[in-house]
Amino acid sequence: MKPILNIAGLNAFIAGQQVIEDVSFSVPATGITALLGRNGVGKTSTIKAIIGLIGRTGTVELDGQRIEKEETHRIIRRGVGYVPEDREVFSKLTVAENLKLAERDAHPRRQLVEELFPDLVKRSGQLAGTLSGGQQQMVSLARALLNENKVLLIDEPTKGLAPKIVQEVADTLAQAAATVPILLVEQNLQVVRQLADGAVVLSGGRVAHTADSAADFLADEDLTRRLLGVHDDGAGAAAPAAGSGAGEPAPEVAR
Amino acid sequence: MSTVILLAATGLGLGALYFLVASGLSLIYGLMGVLNFAHGSFLTLGAFAGWEVARRTGADSWWTFLLSILIGAAVGALFAAFTEFVLIRRLYQRHIEQVLITVGLALATVALFEGIWGTDPVFIQGPAWFKDTTELLGARIPNDRFVCIIAAVLVLLAMVLFLKRTRYGMIIRAGVENRSMVTALGIDVRKAFTLVFTIGGAAAGLGGVLASHYFGYVSPLLGGSLLIFAFIVTVIGGLGSLTGAAVASVAVALLQQFANFYFGLGDLAVVLALALVLLFRPAGLLGRKS
Repeated sequence: MKPILNIAGLNAFIAGQQVIEDVSFSVPATGITALLGRNGVGKTSTIKAIIGLIGRTGTVELDGQRIEKEETHRIIRRGVGYVPEDREVFSKLTVAENLKLAERDAHPRRQLVEELFPDLVKRSGQLAGTLSGGQQQMVSLARALLNENKVLLIDEPTKGLAPKIVQEVADTLAQAAATVPILLVEQNLQVVRQLADGAVVLSGGRVAHTADSAADFLADEDLTRRLLGVHDDGAGAAAPAAGSGAGEPAPEVAR
Repeated sequence: MSTVILLAATGLGLGALYFLVASGLSLIYGLMGVLNFAHGSFLTLGAFAGWEVARRTGADSWWTFLLSILIGAAVGALFAAFTEFVLIRRLYQRHIEQVLITVGLALATVALFEGIWGTDPVFIQGPAWFKDTTELLGARIPNDRFVCIIAAVLVLLAMVLFLKRTRYGMIIRAGVENRSMVTALGIDVRKAFTLVFTIGGAAAGLGGVLASHYFGYVSPLLGGSLLIFAFIVTVIGGLGSLTGAAVASVAVALLQQFANFYFGLGDLAVVLALALVLLFRPAGLLGRKS
C-alpha cells in the first residue's frame, strides 16, 4: 500500500539554526507510526517542518502530492490534523469556540467528538484556559478529530498527564487510528508499545533507525538504550541506560 | 465641583479619541505583532476627507456631519487595507523593516497632506449644536464632547460584538493569543490581518473626523500628535486587549486633563504613568503575560 506521507531529505531551521538534517521516512496509510528519540533530537521540529510551521527544505508528499512548497493552512486543508505539543488550546476562548474554530469541513464530525469526549460537551461554555491538562488535551485532540483527515500528526499527547488520563488518551488514539493513520511523537514507551505499529527513531536531528514493528524495536535492549537512553521491559518499568544515574528511580519515559 | 465635572467630561471626550486610535493599534499589534507608526496617517486622512465632505456639502448640517463620519471612516479603512495589503503583508516577522516602513509612510503622508491641503491648520465647522453647551451638575459641557464619547462607546460595543459573535472575531481573538496555531487549524490568518487593519483604519478615520470637531481644526500633524498618546494608551492597557485600550484611554485622558489643570504637567503625568506601568505591570493593565 502506498504510504500516506513520504518525507525525503527534509531539513528544518529555527532562527537560522538547522534542527533536523536529511530526514527521510514514510508513514503507512494505516495504523500508528511512532516518531521516537531523546529530548531535543528534532521530533517536534520534524512534525512542524512537515506542515510548514518552521522553515524547511526537502520533499514532503501527502497522499502522492508534493506539499513542501505550500503554506501551513493549505497543507492542513488538504487533510492533515495537527495536535501540538503542550495542547496550545486558545485559553481565552471557550471549549465550544475552540472546537468551532477547528471546523473546516462542511459537515464536521461533531457527533463523533461528543461521543469520544462527553466531558467537553458539559464544559462547552468554559474558558479553555481554566481546564485541567487532561481536559485541554481532549480539546486539542477533538479539534483534530472534527474533520476528515488523511493523516494525524500528534505530538506528545500524554506529556504531563496523570496515569489514568494517559490511558484515556491512549484509548482515544487507538479508536482514532482505526480510521486514520497517525504519526505519533511519544516519550511514554508503554503508550508506544500499546499503540504503535512502526517506529522511526531520530538521533541528533537525523533518522537513526526505522522499524516496521515498534514492539520489536522496544524489545531490543541495546538499541533502545543507545537511541532512547532507556529500555522498557514491557512490564511497566523502564530502566535507565547504564551510567545515567545508578541508584536513582527508573524514569518512566525516554529522556 | 463644576470644574471637576468639566475636566472629567473633557477628559472623557479626549479619552474617546484616544480609544478610537488605540483600539486599532492594540488589535493590530496583538494579532500581527506590527507596531504601526502610520496609524496616525489613517486618522489624518479620515479627518481631511471628513472636512472635504463638510466643506462641499454645507458644514452646519447634521446630515453633512453624519456623511463626513461615514466618509472619514471609509477612507481610513481603505487606506489601512491598502497599507496592509501592499506594504505590510510582505514584512510579517520582519519587525525592523515594519517599523522603518510605517515610520516612512507616516513621514511621507504628512508631506503629502501638506502638499495637498497646506501646512496651516484648516478650521472646521460642525452643526451649531456642537458649539453649544449642556449644563451637567453645574458645569457647562461643550456638546461635541458628548458626541465623541457616544461615538467611542458605540465603536467599542460594535467591536466587542464583532469579536464575540462572529467567526472572524473568533479568529482574531484566537490569533492574538496564538497566531501559528490558528494557521495550524487550516485558517488563512492573513485575511484576518487585512480585516483588523481595515477595522483599525475605520476607527482611526472616524476618530479623525471627531478629533477635528473636538479641536476645531484639521492639520497634517493631527494624527501624529494623537498617535503618541494612543501608543501610551495601548501599552498601559495591554497590547492586544480591546478592553484594556478602553480603560487606559479613559484613565490616561482623565489623568492628563486633571494634571494639566491643577499642575500644568499633563503630559509629564502621562509619561510617569507609563513608566510606572512598565515597571510594575509590564504586560499592561489587561494585557496577556509574555
